[in-house]
Amino acid sequence: MQFGVFTVGDVTVDPTNGREPTEGERIKAMVTIALKAEEVGLDVFATGEHHNPPFVPSSPTTMLGWIAARTERLLLSTATTLITTNDPVKIAEDYAMLQHLADGRVDLMMGRGNTGPVYPWFGQDIRNGIPLAIENYDLLRRLWREDVVDWKGRFRTPLQSFTSTPRPLDGVPPFVWHGSIRSPEIAEQAAYYGDGFFANHIFWPAEHTRRMVGLYRQRFEHYGHGSADQAIVGLGGQVFMRRNSQDAVREFRPYFDNAPVYGHGPSLEEFTAQTPLTVGSPQQVIDRTLGFRDYVGDYQRQLFLIDHAGLPLKTVLEQLDLLGEEVVPVLRKEFDSLRPAHVPPAPTHASLRAAAGGGKDSTVHAVDDVTGRAPETAR
Amino acid sequence: MTLRTLAVVSAGLSQPSSTRLLADQLAVATRDELVGLGDTVELRPVELREHAHDIVNHLLTGFPSEPLRQALDQVTGADGLIVVTPIFNASYSGLFKSFFDLVDAEALGGRPVLIAATGGTARHSLALEHAVRPMFTYLRAVVAPTAVFAAPEDWSGGTVGGALRTRIGRAGRELAEQIHRRPASSGPADPFALTTDFEQLLRGGET
Repeated sequence: MQFGVFTVGDVTVDPTNGREPTEGERIKAMVTIALKAEEVGLDVFATGEHHNPPFVPSSPTTMLGWIAARTERLLLSTATTLITTNDPVKIAEDYAMLQHLADGRVDLMMGRGNTGPVYPWFGQDIRNGIPLAIENYDLLRRLWREDVVDWKGRFRTPLQSFTSTPRPLDGVPPFVWHGSIRSPEIAEQAAYYGDGFFANHIFWPAEHTRRMVGLYRQRFEHYGHGSADQAIVGLGGQVFMRRNSQDAVREFRPYFDNAPVYGHGPSLEEFTAQTPLTVGSPQQVIDRTLGFRDYVGDYQRQLFLIDHAGLPLKTVLEQLDLLGEEVVPVLRKEFDSLRPAHVPPAPTHASLRAAAGGGKDSTVHAVDDVTGRAPETAR
Repeated sequence: MTLRTLAVVSAGLSQPSSTRLLADQLAVATRDELVGLGDTVELRPVELREHAHDIVNHLLTGFPSEPLRQALDQVTGADGLIVVTPIFNASYSGLFKSFFDLVDAEALGGRPVLIAATGGTARHSLALEHAVRPMFTYLRAVVAPTAVFAAPEDWSGGTVGGALRTRIGRAGRELAEQIHRRPASSGPADPFALTTDFEQLLRGGET
């Protein structure tokens, strides 16, 4: 099972001292968190993508490329990549490039974004959210799998004899998760392609996650990718820990009370009861996280949100220490012992390459060396 | 005999409130009419005061607490609604509006609704027509022609047989007839139900 952190990349005032980090500080904090995640033995770092203040990560592959150069093992991902407003051609190119630079330590999570205004900034309309996610992703898949693409759709300029470069590393496209909170169409999309489904989980009642994952698993089986319990599921989680749970609650409360998204609404206690938020000791986090399995089944990836709402970097790094030293080793062991043998782990570049019968160089040369023809005919 | 569910939403703030009193009288009148038509009736009172904090929290977080979810399901899954608000500053109360802001815009389409209000003076009575009725029209509910407004004078001096009583009876009859002519509700819509399949989505089919 994979464990990691996902970050929104918000620039938020620390409510305990009124200090607001600069964009530069926040960006450096995000990459520091990523390096620390590898250092403490986590598997995944995933960054959000946003195009408006108070968020900084508008250019995920730039950030992930930097992290790739400084890490050895860490899997680099997104939470989420905006499949609605990004040009699928640019996603295909950017993430194939990142695959090469990171030696395959890359996957992506597709999402539709959390703010309406982003659509018109990129020439789109929020009312087309689902159709954009469907059409763009279908094109993205083809761009990674077919050397030469002829394509026509509703939302983008047609493509004629187009080759997205570089080609995916070893001819193996990155694994894709589809993230959604409550759109059954996205669970259906993930199931149709046999991709992973990531339930954001945080900020929402467990019932949403149970229903969405249940639908995804059922449809995954329907489309013939395996049995329902073999579908690839990821979950979010949100934690704040101190060794003594009372200390955790006392320290986190001002951040909770003033947080974007849920601040000034329900109490910390209500929100903890209604959503997966866990504020307490490492043992409480272990117990709560193991309980997720009760309503989603055996799953493959657990990402924690630990760095939002103005929490200072030093505190976040302490959270990573606790995750790496006390929480994740126990969770790894417990989840592994509970998981039946026929339930697969999350696909990685290595496993996808092996499943494809080994890697192959997939370079598309402008002119074929032997025939002298252009790629569409050479192939 | 068909079982009919009747959600009775009251946005009164005091306890006891004249708003709740009016709601109860409308509920009894409607129930009696439905029973007279051969239906059985289950009344589902929803007192918004009990959900006031949860309503605000839902507006902020995007999801309901469990008690509020049950209340919303009771309303969206009912065969008919009686909704009663106090009139504040010439319109429905903020609590009343906030509650219905949480109801999906599609959830009450074609649903029979009886609108009613209480106020400090009869001069507020048209708020039912310029504020409450348009909101339910927007929600594509079937709003009974008779809207019932109760002012302080309606409650004083023994109203049995008075103008208010007459209007309650007429409104209850109108609502009951609308409910009775429809098939029974199949309950609240499931927001997680898949209503399409991927091939259709891929072809650009609307969801």
